[in-house]
Amino acid sequence: MGALFSFGVVIALVIIALVGVKGAHLQALFGVVIPYAAVVTFFIGLIYRVVKWGKSPVPFHIPTTCGQQKSLPWIKHNKLESPATGKEVFLRMVLEVLLFRSLFRNLKMQRSGDRVVYGSAKWLWLAGIVFHYSFLIVLIRHLRLFTNPVPSFVSLIESVDGFLQIGVPNLMMTGVVLLAAVTYLFLRRIYIPQVRYISLPADYFPLFLIMAIAATGILMRYFIRVDIVKVKELTTGLARLSPTVPDGIGSIFYIHIFLVSTLFAYFPFSKLVHLGGIFLSPTRNLANNSRMVRHVNPWNYDVKVHTYEEYEEEFRDKMISVGIPVEKNPPAEENKTEEASEESEGKE
Amino acid sequence: MYDGGKIITGIIIFLLFATFPFYYNIGKANVKPDPKLDTPVIKQLAEKKCVESKEYMRANHMQILDDWRNMALREAKRTYRNAEGKLFEISLQNTCMKCHSNKNKFCDECHKYANVKPYCWDCHFVKEGGAAK
Repeated sequence: MGALFSFGVVIALVIIALVGVKGAHLQALFGVVIPYAAVVTFFIGLIYRVVKWGKSPVPFHIPTTCGQQKSLPWIKHNKLESPATGKEVFLRMVLEVLLFRSLFRNLKMQRSGDRVVYGSAKWLWLAGIVFHYSFLIVLIRHLRLFTNPVPSFVSLIESVDGFLQIGVPNLMMTGVVLLAAVTYLFLRRIYIPQVRYISLPADYFPLFLIMAIAATGILMRYFIRVDIVKVKELTTGLARLSPTVPDGIGSIFYIHIFLVSTLFAYFPFSKLVHLGGIFLSPTRNLANNSRMVRHVNPWNYDVKVHTYEEYEEEFRDKMISVGIPVEKNPPAEENKTEEASEESEGKE
Repeated sequence: MYDGGKIITGIIIFLLFATFPFYYNIGKANVKPDPKLDTPVIKQLAEKKCVESKEYMRANHMQILDDWRNMALREAKRTYRNAEGKLFEISLQNTCMKCHSNKNKFCDECHKYANVKPYCWDCHFVKEGGAAK
């Protein structure tokens, strides 16, 4: 159901753009106004979310670790899996963000006779990392449409991406890989019953949206071509904040840019905001130093403490008078023991 | 904010990367492509027409060039029949470049703008006047 609903929403978005451009000739709306609104929403929303997380106190010290914590000097400390200092946390975060190490530990639970066994399951990690990196490269490649002159690193990435020299325009590997990876991530949700059970429209919608973005992009580049010079006039206009809407750009371009705008605008409101969230995950970004540094819950009120010393000070006379032992200025040792022995004898 | 210094530094680094296209263009001339059709051969043509219509060529010239390459080199076909039934010799050097002899004022104008680097010239030779690169 979730999948069908999300698919329907993406199809509706495509139809809205198609009708808006073909029927109502709202090129300026779909080419300029909506993209600007989406990008502004994206930046404000993302910063808002991150600042809000930053303001949220972390009540407990909860780094998730999977290695020996820093201890006695002759016990080998696992710096990456159980970081004790800021530097080690930084290294762990860098590797987490760039290599998805925690996902690499993904396991698959299976039954083997009566026993439960855990097997390695790397496919999710592979599809995930391939998807993220190809999306990054696709994003960087798009800079050729937003910069004039085009910086050399964009050309370099483009030439490496297209080095297979298949067809014209050159086939970009990342485009195909992105679509394949996102398709795998979708099929995984459909085919694994447990994953399908927990999948919601919020999981399917970004997948369908990205699938549609990749598909329209590939269609536009290789099949239903648009006038790239006019497209670049529009896109550089957006980047230069002096938008122009040239005539005669195919509708597929407006569909593509409308879907991308939707993705940008949807970003801060959805789980896609893990882009910023990964950096603010307490289970990742805290050092496992709770035996060295005391973590105080920021919302703790000042606890009124009545220590034993104070207690004794307050009730010393009364305590002595009924024979309760006191630590400070106790009455003479002999009397006390005698009294105590007498008392015990008397009771017996 | 807790760890505000680190978080704000992170946000600033993110914005520096994410807003790159917005500040990169500042102060750079937005040179638009202006392909020229004023070669001597084109000027002498009675009917200024490419092998196919202008719109078709604009969208699909790369496809035609790719097909021509395959026909000429892999299938040894050297004749192209266009939509109107007119025949052309399949040759980049002798057909395309005969009229469009101004490579740097014709091909390169848009290719540079859109950052397209066709590999025609890995093999083909550019005649004087159309100087490559």
